[in-house]
Amino acid sequence: MIVEYLPQQFVQNLPALIIAIPLLGAFIAPLLKKHGRAAAGWTVAITGVAFLLAILLMDYVRASQGGMVVYVFGADSPGLTLPSGYTVPVRIMFQIDGLGVLMAFLCTLLPFLAAVYSVGFARKETGLEKYYALMMLMTVGMLGMVLTGDIFNLFVFLEINSIAGAALVGFRNYRGEAAEAGFKYIAISAFGALMVLFSIGILYGKYGNLNIAYLSGVIEYSRLDLIALGLLLTTFALKCGAAPMHHWVPDAYGEAPGSISMMMVISSLSSLYALIRVCFILFGGIVISLPAVGWILIIMGLISMLLGATMSLIQKDIKRFIGYQAVSQTGYMVMAIGVGLAVMGDPVAMQTYGRNALTAGLFHLINDAIYMGLLFLAASAVIYAARTRNMDEMGGLARKMPYTAVFFLIGAASIGGLPPFSGFASKLLIYESVFAFNPVLAVVAMVTSIIALAAFAKQFAAVFLGPPLSNLKRVRESPRSMLIAMAVVAFLTVLFGLYPQLVIDWLVRPAVEAMLNLAGYGAWGGA
Amino acid sequence: MRSTLIIRTVARVLSPLVLTFGLYIILHGHLTPGGGFQGGAVVATGIALLMVAHPPEYVRKAFRHGVLNVVESGGALGFLGMAILGLMGYTFFRNTIANSGFLLFGEGTPYGINLGTLNTGGTLPYMNIFVGLKVMAGLSAIVLLFLLSKGGDGK
Repeated sequence: MIVEYLPQQFVQNLPALIIAIPLLGAFIAPLLKKHGRAAAGWTVAITGVAFLLAILLMDYVRASQGGMVVYVFGADSPGLTLPSGYTVPVRIMFQIDGLGVLMAFLCTLLPFLAAVYSVGFARKETGLEKYYALMMLMTVGMLGMVLTGDIFNLFVFLEINSIAGAALVGFRNYRGEAAEAGFKYIAISAFGALMVLFSIGILYGKYGNLNIAYLSGVIEYSRLDLIALGLLLTTFALKCGAAPMHHWVPDAYGEAPGSISMMMVISSLSSLYALIRVCFILFGGIVISLPAVGWILIIMGLISMLLGATMSLIQKDIKRFIGYQAVSQTGYMVMAIGVGLAVMGDPVAMQTYGRNALTAGLFHLINDAIYMGLLFLAASAVIYAARTRNMDEMGGLARKMPYTAVFFLIGAASIGGLPPFSGFASKLLIYESVFAFNPVLAVVAMVTSIIALAAFAKQFAAVFLGPPLSNLKRVRESPRSMLIAMAVVAFLTVLFGLYPQLVIDWLVRPAVEAMLNLAGYGAWGGA
Repeated sequence: MRSTLIIRTVARVLSPLVLTFGLYIILHGHLTPGGGFQGGAVVATGIALLMVAHPPEYVRKAFRHGVLNVVESGGALGFLGMAILGLMGYTFFRNTIANSGFLLFGEGTPYGINLGTLNTGGTLPYMNIFVGLKVMAGLSAIVLLFLLSKGGDGK
């Protein structure tokens, strides 16, 4: 345990620092106007520090009693949830458990790599200080969403995340399509945010409190609460890009600069985190007797998988192609989590395969964030070098960009579920666990994986193999910073594929424990 | 293009009132409804009125986009700084100045029904002022950009 050797004051305030430091970075970055390189260096440093803090936070949470840390903002001491005389929590607080730590790990790792990648990738753009400021603001939004224990706070951070994300998607405003994609994203985000706000209003009006731990103890099976559940479920499914609400995903992922596409992946996954939090903790008490909620997620997952995979086949734009594949991959997680949710009320089924399905879903979440990130980075490197997004106009790029080709191949093999890459490990776990629930689900999942593999084999051959095209004579390998970022992600893809047990024991199992630990989460809530 | 006599006259009469009212809302944020954001928006409205009423070359001289950007960042940093003050022994966002006897806004809060004492509230009024600065600068910068963008009156 590292945290034992650090000053107590510092360790106790880690949950606040992990938000405060990227926020400081985001507020200082706009001052570095016309100093693009300085802004880039500053962002790499800040996001790097945030990543280190996330590692320390993970250690701190693990060492804490019950695997959970509560941080009360503005109180006399961080753990003072109920000062004397109070029977319900009133202050805004962060409540961090294994699941939050898993997400915090991803929500700091990927922005850090995106920042490294941007050093070379974005250096020719203008307005870089705004780009980097928004990037750090988006990191703050994601971190806040995954760490908070207050439902209104969740809404605020969701908004920060969405607005910064929309501005970044439309960052290349000299491309009309980028502005359109950014507008589409902000429109669906605003709509979703209003629905979240409405359901928060319902819960606040009924129970007079906004604390998730408190609410989870008092929520009841009434029509009003079910409306709130439905609104939250729909919004977070929309924001995580599950079909049939996936229409914004290919636009937003496809038009954003490559580093931002990677951040959008993790931003969507933090909405998936919110979905998990709502289903398993906030409404855990009533969802346990409502298998229909699980089935809704399963069906959404099935549609996402098939629709995403088949729609990707007809794409010509390389990043839209990967964007549709991202929809398909989200389907896997939503389905696995839906299976876990559907059997939550059945202890035997939960023990035999429900837990495995949740483990598989979360493990796939980690892997998806990483190999999707890798694919987007590699595809953007190709676009950056070839100056075209159309895959029909590319060919033979492996000769010119050998490293990028290898990284793309690793990502493609991983998403196609080939051993020994990370996608294989988590997909195998998903097949095994959902087969026990209903074999049809496993069949659909396998077919989707085969479609993905075939599609990526074809596209890889079209873009990288064959004779070099005459219009690509002057193409050169990507700048070093882009290669470094891609190499780190590719290394993680291989590492997580070779040693899946490492990640599962280190990150995923505590997260699954936390998901199912409804009683522990609300224990101090005072209800 | 010059604005009409009506706009110029109304701006001359109203803008001091609007600006004063905005500053009032910011400063009394901890006592009355409203606060930094609302007051900042009111101040920015007053500034927008001034911008509309005056010729573009004059506006360009009086309001610099770069300065507004720095003020905006400064407001945000000030807000964060007030929150970090709480880390000295307590938690993030802890109100360390309230009832501490500090010269500005540190006076003890009186109990019972009263008219409200301005010199109380600790970090709250500071945060209101910083948020007010940020919102005022941010919104004014947006109006300025629209006003002076190509195709507008700014040429």
